[in-house]
Amino acid sequence: MIRLSIPLRQALSRLSLPVLIALAFGTMLLGKADALLAERARMVLADALAPIWATLQQPVASVRGAVQEAEFLLNLRAENAQLREENERLRRWQATALALEAENVVLQRQLRFVPEAAPAFQTVRVVADGGGIYARAVLLGIRPNHGVRKGQIALDERGLVGRVTEVGLRSARVLLATDMNSRIPVVLEGSRARAMMVGTNGARPRLQHWPEGSAPEDGERIVTSAEAGAFPAGLPVGIVRRSEGGAPEVELFARLDRLDVVRLFDYGLGGILPPEAVARPEPRPRR
Amino acid sequence: MRGRPVPAMGLLRQIDAVARAAFPTGLTALLMVLAAVPVGLPGLLPAVALPCIVFWSVFRPAALPPLAVFGLGLLGDLLSFAPVGSGVLTLLVVTGLVTRWRRFLVKQSFLAVWLAYCGVALGAAALEWLLQVVLGWRVLPVAPGLYQVMLSAGLYPGLAWIMSRIHEAMSRAESAP
Repeated sequence: MIRLSIPLRQALSRLSLPVLIALAFGTMLLGKADALLAERARMVLADALAPIWATLQQPVASVRGAVQEAEFLLNLRAENAQLREENERLRRWQATALALEAENVVLQRQLRFVPEAAPAFQTVRVVADGGGIYARAVLLGIRPNHGVRKGQIALDERGLVGRVTEVGLRSARVLLATDMNSRIPVVLEGSRARAMMVGTNGARPRLQHWPEGSAPEDGERIVTSAEAGAFPAGLPVGIVRRSEGGAPEVELFARLDRLDVVRLFDYGLGGILPPEAVARPEPRPRR
Repeated sequence: MRGRPVPAMGLLRQIDAVARAAFPTGLTALLMVLAAVPVGLPGLLPAVALPCIVFWSVFRPAALPPLAVFGLGLLGDLLSFAPVGSGVLTLLVVTGLVTRWRRFLVKQSFLAVWLAYCGVALGAAALEWLLQVVLGWRVLPVAPGLYQVMLSAGLYPGLAWIMSRIHEAMSRAESAP
């Protein structure tokens, strides 16, 4: 250890804060100038921490499970009544669906319809919250040599979650559909009109830019549109709800507040990534 | 004891002293990593860092040198995918201001310190908002920042209670012969 005289040490300690503040400005400039460096640093850190988070996931999940169990017990009666009613409704829908499926098979046979291949997907665990104050994102723990690419689409068991924006060795980041930077081209299923779903960091993204005369109606289903080559058409997104101010919002099917596992689909699309993501989507390796 | 040279520190005591000096930084870093585990509450990570930084700057400034604050800010920025440097600057400014006021704050009651903390958190959120607006060059909504202030103000009493227990234990260990 270097021995310094006391006045010198005092002067150094008094200087260290201004110097570090100047360094902080330097870091900001560096992060702005070389965004790729910042991204790499983030993914290296996330890769290092992903195993720890994955280990912590187990106890956290069991505690959340216990809390949820208690909630279920409290709401047992009300939920049962609701489920009975829903079951009745779904039974009617099942009959309709079966009839429609049979009809569809017949029609497809008559048209010599070539079905699209089912897309490949992998199921991945959510290990950490990857967002801050002004971002909504999650980190996924993946195995090395995974084949996860930027631009892949994440869905949970109900609907669209978001898109992969950064990939490291053991972790990948998914920008959620609720993030402020998220812009998702969608189709209003009732009127087939196109619109844009814009994230607000709140639970419900807003709808914008629908064509005149086909305003989104309350309760209308929203699916993705293939516009701009970022998403395949027809992925379930959510339902239109009116906010208190009357603006159309989307209630997402996906439960973004309790994401445990997501499915990453590879549609081989190379569309536009959100502005904060630096690199273009990587091309799918040829098989 | 006056007039006699201080006995040389044994290895164990040295390790003990180093551990004690590194503890506040280590605890803050650990809490920040743990806060990233998803529990259904977004934005927990920045809300956890600020109470720790303020508490240790007031009650044990020697254990939280500016260099450690710089490192913690960088960790937070990288973990929360905020523009690199914005959290660093915010935490450094907070540390600088709080260390300047610490002589006054250390004598106040818990409630007064909490109120002061709320003011500091509000200022920090405003600075962070400004930095993110400038760095991202787009206007951000104010609501998430205010939510952040309330979250961290709500977390402060619990965290401060735990940390003051630790601080007392550390002071006792230091004053022991």
